[in-house]
Amino acid sequence: MKYAFFPGCVSRGGCPELYPAAIAVCENLGIELEEMLGAACTGAGVLQEKNQMLGDSLNARTFAMAEEMGMPIMTICSTCQGTMSQAHHRLKDQAYRAEVNEILSEEGLEYKGEVVIKHLLWILVEDIGLDNLKAKVTTPLKGLKVAPFYGCYIIRPTGALEFDKYPEREDSLEQVISALGAEVVEFEGKTKCCGFPILTINERNSLTMVANHTLDAKESGADAMVTPCPLCHLNLDGYQPKAGAQRQMQIDLPILHLPQMIGLAMGMDPKAMGLNRHIVPTAKILSQVALGG
Amino acid sequence: MEVTLNVKRFDPEAPSSTSYRQEYTLEIEDYSTVLDALIKVREEIDGSLALRCSCRAAICGSCAMRVNGHAKLVCKTKIQDVTVPERRILTVEPMGNLPVVKDLVTDMKPFWDRVRAVQPWLQPDGPEPEQEYVAPNEDMLHLTGVMGCIMCGACVSDCTVLEVDKNFLGPAALAKAYRFIADPRDAADKSRLEAYSQEGGIWDCTRCMECVEVCPKGVAPMDRIMVLRERAIDAGYNDNTGAHHTEAFIDSVEHSGRLDELRLPIRTFGILNIPALLGLLPVGLRALRRGKMPSPFHKAIPGADKVRRIFEKVEKK
Repeated sequence: MKYAFFPGCVSRGGCPELYPAAIAVCENLGIELEEMLGAACTGAGVLQEKNQMLGDSLNARTFAMAEEMGMPIMTICSTCQGTMSQAHHRLKDQAYRAEVNEILSEEGLEYKGEVVIKHLLWILVEDIGLDNLKAKVTTPLKGLKVAPFYGCYIIRPTGALEFDKYPEREDSLEQVISALGAEVVEFEGKTKCCGFPILTINERNSLTMVANHTLDAKESGADAMVTPCPLCHLNLDGYQPKAGAQRQMQIDLPILHLPQMIGLAMGMDPKAMGLNRHIVPTAKILSQVALGG
Repeated sequence: MEVTLNVKRFDPEAPSSTSYRQEYTLEIEDYSTVLDALIKVREEIDGSLALRCSCRAAICGSCAMRVNGHAKLVCKTKIQDVTVPERRILTVEPMGNLPVVKDLVTDMKPFWDRVRAVQPWLQPDGPEPEQEYVAPNEDMLHLTGVMGCIMCGACVSDCTVLEVDKNFLGPAALAKAYRFIADPRDAADKSRLEAYSQEGGIWDCTRCMECVEVCPKGVAPMDRIMVLRERAIDAGYNDNTGAHHTEAFIDSVEHSGRLDELRLPIRTFGILNIPALLGLLPVGLRALRRGKMPSPFHKAIPGADKVRRIFEKVEKK
């Protein structure tokens, strides 16, 4: 299986550990990647605040490139995925697509409306299959209690994300956690907002969200949290010390990127997964995994 | 079919007034709604169960409550759609972010207070028209989308910002605010946009889309808030971190095709905002120590000039 790889800005910026981890895991799983070097940022919903058509044009350009490559797009970020899915949904309207294509025509590109965009998380469940994933597990994460944290854009709006067509997307993260041998920790914040989008606008609210979710997961017994979204990771990991300080405490809940968790279960080198590059240390769970729970 | 309702209950007059769960199992027709089941419980099993409903046809907006964790109008929610045949059990709770009066009944006062705060009435300019004001048809057709709001409170219940900050105007009130901004008869756009740009207004929304997902009428409050942001920036109310953030983000993509994560917060706060920039330092240092700091040498994507051309072409439209 070959995919047009759209890594997103953050996997090479604020979360540089995500990019190599994703590449290594895909290689191990036999997922072939061809990176879309010339594709622009999705706009992350921020650019769309100012001009939705501009955002849709940038994404249509990326879709047209993937169509020319003849491959589905693979994302590794909930926000990239959701923003693209929403654009894809709007561009189903033929008249609108024609208008956007007119903008792309100068570059000789045309989006035909047939692109498939999938997050690695969905690829695991829908294209690879959980049984094939399980077959690659060499170090089952037995005894490790993991709280799933989706990121808004990969869970809402369900229409644009085609949950009706792919009902398994609703609990895909739990399915992957279980397939890797770990235990799913249910907690209320699972599908809520991490607070990152308002970090620079209302830091107090943003940090309250971080503290609420991480503490809730911890109190529910989680050893770690896993997320398919690097923006959530930036807040839940990067700002966790500050969120803890808001309540005069240390939260100390390691936050894993989805590919890191998979890599651990496939016995890959934690350092190659960038697990030493987190703000909240991951050593505790590494020894837990090594000891087999 | 047999169904079990796990209901969150609360009686303010009970000696220990804490909430608790109570399960009711009953036999009900296959096509029943959650409201049908709740009414049957009240009439045949437990007369003390308090709930609010009126029209039973998704028009009055009285019966919003949480089913399996998310706000819904129970009169338009079929039990079959929220349970699976092997397990006909569902949880019913009062709406979130509002005080509970009793059981499933919430106090809507904070909801109405926020709606009132956006001045939800027409504020035309000049002398009263001598005859009917004829608004363009397409404007009114557009407005019907947001006028479809039945004030049920579902969006407020599940808003992730209101959960941490009661000062936020919230999705219902801001959707209502948009309704007046988009009305061609209203002349108070500027003062409205200025007011909505303050703390607790349009920039405090996280864009989590919970309100879009739970609205039973397709009002899509968050989408309205995003248009309000665009209008506020266009009207010149851009001297706040929210607008700075949007503008810096767009600027970065326009000039390099991708996000410059290092400069984004600096531009958002402003290079002269020393206290805010100092506040970034500990986080920045922690990131630096872990090798997580984005490169100071921001690299454009190949073909960034093509991206710039798209900006030019769309902006000309």
